[in-house]
Amino acid sequence: MISPPRFFKASMTITEQILQYVLSGLVMGSSYALIALGFTIIYNGTNIINFAQGEFVVIGSLLMVTMTEVYELPMPLAFIIAVAGTALVAFALQRLAIHPLRNSNAMTLIIVTIGASIVLRGISMFIWGKDAYAMRHFSGEEPIEIFGATILPQSFWVFGITIAAVVLLQLFYRKTLMGKAMLATAVNKTAARLMGINVENVLLISFVVSGALGATAGIIIAPLNLAKYDAGVMLGLKGFCACILGGLGSSGGAIIGGILLGIIEALGAGLISSSYRDAIAFVILLLVLFVRPQGLAPLKEMMMGQEKQ
Amino acid sequence: MKSRLRMLCSLAIITGLAMAAGLLAGCSQAKKEKVEEVKEPYKIGAIFAVTGRAAPLGEPEKETAEMLVAQINEAGGINGHKLELIVEDDEGDETKSLMAAKKLIEKDQVLAVVGTTTSGTTLAIMKTFEEAQTPLVSCAASVKIVEPVNPWVFKTPQSDRDAVLKILEYLEAQGINKIAFINDSNAYGVSGKIEIEALAPQRGVEIVAKETFGGEDTDMTPQLTRIKGTKAQAVICWGTNPGPAIVARNMKQLKMSIPLIQSHGVANAKFVELAGDAAEGVLLPSGRLIVAEQLPDGHPQKQMLIDYKTAYTGKYNKPVSTFGGHAYDAIKILAGALERGGADKAKIRDEIENTKNFVGTAGVFNYSPEDHYGLDVSAFSMVEIKGGQWQLVSE
Repeated sequence: MISPPRFFKASMTITEQILQYVLSGLVMGSSYALIALGFTIIYNGTNIINFAQGEFVVIGSLLMVTMTEVYELPMPLAFIIAVAGTALVAFALQRLAIHPLRNSNAMTLIIVTIGASIVLRGISMFIWGKDAYAMRHFSGEEPIEIFGATILPQSFWVFGITIAAVVLLQLFYRKTLMGKAMLATAVNKTAARLMGINVENVLLISFVVSGALGATAGIIIAPLNLAKYDAGVMLGLKGFCACILGGLGSSGGAIIGGILLGIIEALGAGLISSSYRDAIAFVILLLVLFVRPQGLAPLKEMMMGQEKQ
Repeated sequence: MKSRLRMLCSLAIITGLAMAAGLLAGCSQAKKEKVEEVKEPYKIGAIFAVTGRAAPLGEPEKETAEMLVAQINEAGGINGHKLELIVEDDEGDETKSLMAAKKLIEKDQVLAVVGTTTSGTTLAIMKTFEEAQTPLVSCAASVKIVEPVNPWVFKTPQSDRDAVLKILEYLEAQGINKIAFINDSNAYGVSGKIEIEALAPQRGVEIVAKETFGGEDTDMTPQLTRIKGTKAQAVICWGTNPGPAIVARNMKQLKMSIPLIQSHGVANAKFVELAGDAAEGVLLPSGRLIVAEQLPDGHPQKQMLIDYKTAYTGKYNKPVSTFGGHAYDAIKILAGALERGGADKAKIRDEIENTKNFVGTAGVFNYSPEDHYGLDVSAFSMVEIKGGQWQLVSE
């Protein structure tokens, strides 16, 4: 490009605009869904809300940036290392901060996760600094046009990997012994323990899986959004909103909640006002808590999730 | 018992980590320059956002200030007095800034202070400097710092108003009269919005869309989609990294072909890095630091800009930023005033006000009792990003 083009393209029609909002919302929504799933898995295992979930997302994306930009590893290898690295952080978090306090009440543990998130954010800041990082797209960067709206190839990666992660998670739950043990623990911890399930291991695995999911969300979204050490706060809160919207403790609810939240946010920002973009998520959170605290998921699943130890 | 021990251990580890973090931060906060005693050294303070959200601005400011003080001291100081610089980190936070200001004035008894990095913090501490009758040369841009004039407060960065005027001049030359405006919701973004809302109608430019984004927003396609639905002939974006880079990326993603004009807030290498290919063709008003080599020979700023660039890059091994330039101007103006006024706060103030035709990185400064800003629209030139490099469009 020599100079900015001087021709002015005909403006977008309202239908095209709405399609664009929905597409943008789907992309953000997919990442919210993965973050919300992370919340759900830990909640089902331990009854706590892990407020360090957003930090997993950030650590995943920053590790990916380091692996691809500094060490110039191929994408798939970098992806695996970043996910594994974040899972390791989640492992350490569970062992060092949550496990020793396992007999405390949920509120104490939730506060521990808030503390952990601050520590993790601080560590990220020291390792990666305060700047944002740009990351390469997985494949081309040329936007694709769909009925007047445009979408980046990276968005398809986001959809594809989100779907793959959800399918893998379901397979893990239904087909593996550990997955079944996790489901059982989610339903009733005491009964699971009586059946000979090592509940401590299950709780540890919950954190590891949740860390891996968070990292995945961070990695797929990083080429679109830039990676920055303090991005986890907002992403974590949005994921939490998605959880509440979908019904705390329900995996299906977390996914639907995440995607819905992304779309509502984009539509709200586009059609109402971009100034209220973040407020929209939190207004939804409050509305759901007031009107339908069980969220969109069926009540039964909700009860299962809330089983006390 | 065992679990309690383990719990204590973990808590100790976490506290240890937190303390280590605190200590590390502390180290960079109050780094004092030790100088040899010859004559009584001139003690000056600096408050920059070395950490926190504004750190990309505050860091080069701190580095520049330390570099200049070292240069001045190597050259024998000011009238034989060495300069002693005490740097405080306010993290861009108003409360911490106020605490730093009080510490510098009361405990360290400095003669004058340079900083702060952000407009909000300068506005928060201005009154303190007036009460303490201590000069403050701010590196923050807001016009509110110098309007109305606070006798003890000056600033070195170009005002947003002049940046807006420069953009409007450019739009007029291009025959563009319908624009979309998108701003960061922080003080900087809002200030740009206020200026353009006031000035655009005077120049016959209509703002057909007004959008905002939050500092932590990661996707601006909804806002830009809205803009795409209007008759805007150009998008003007007012913000600080990383938001404006995402705007540039999203515009490319939405295949928007109208020109994108950014503000001087992103006249740094980081923007080009973050926006990547999407930075291509982006226009912005900027000081001349980033295009120093392209200035015609004999331009008053050319040589001093190149000297500063060489010295800074040589010392810190990274490119200069406009923000470091603001600290350069502030320290040089203060050093000039110290040379003429000596160790007397009131005389230093008078001498800063008497600064005329001082060639700085931001432009040629002419302070007066009515004008503590000292620059005008001529401090800006329009630049375009071409092939990842800054290209001077019009001087």
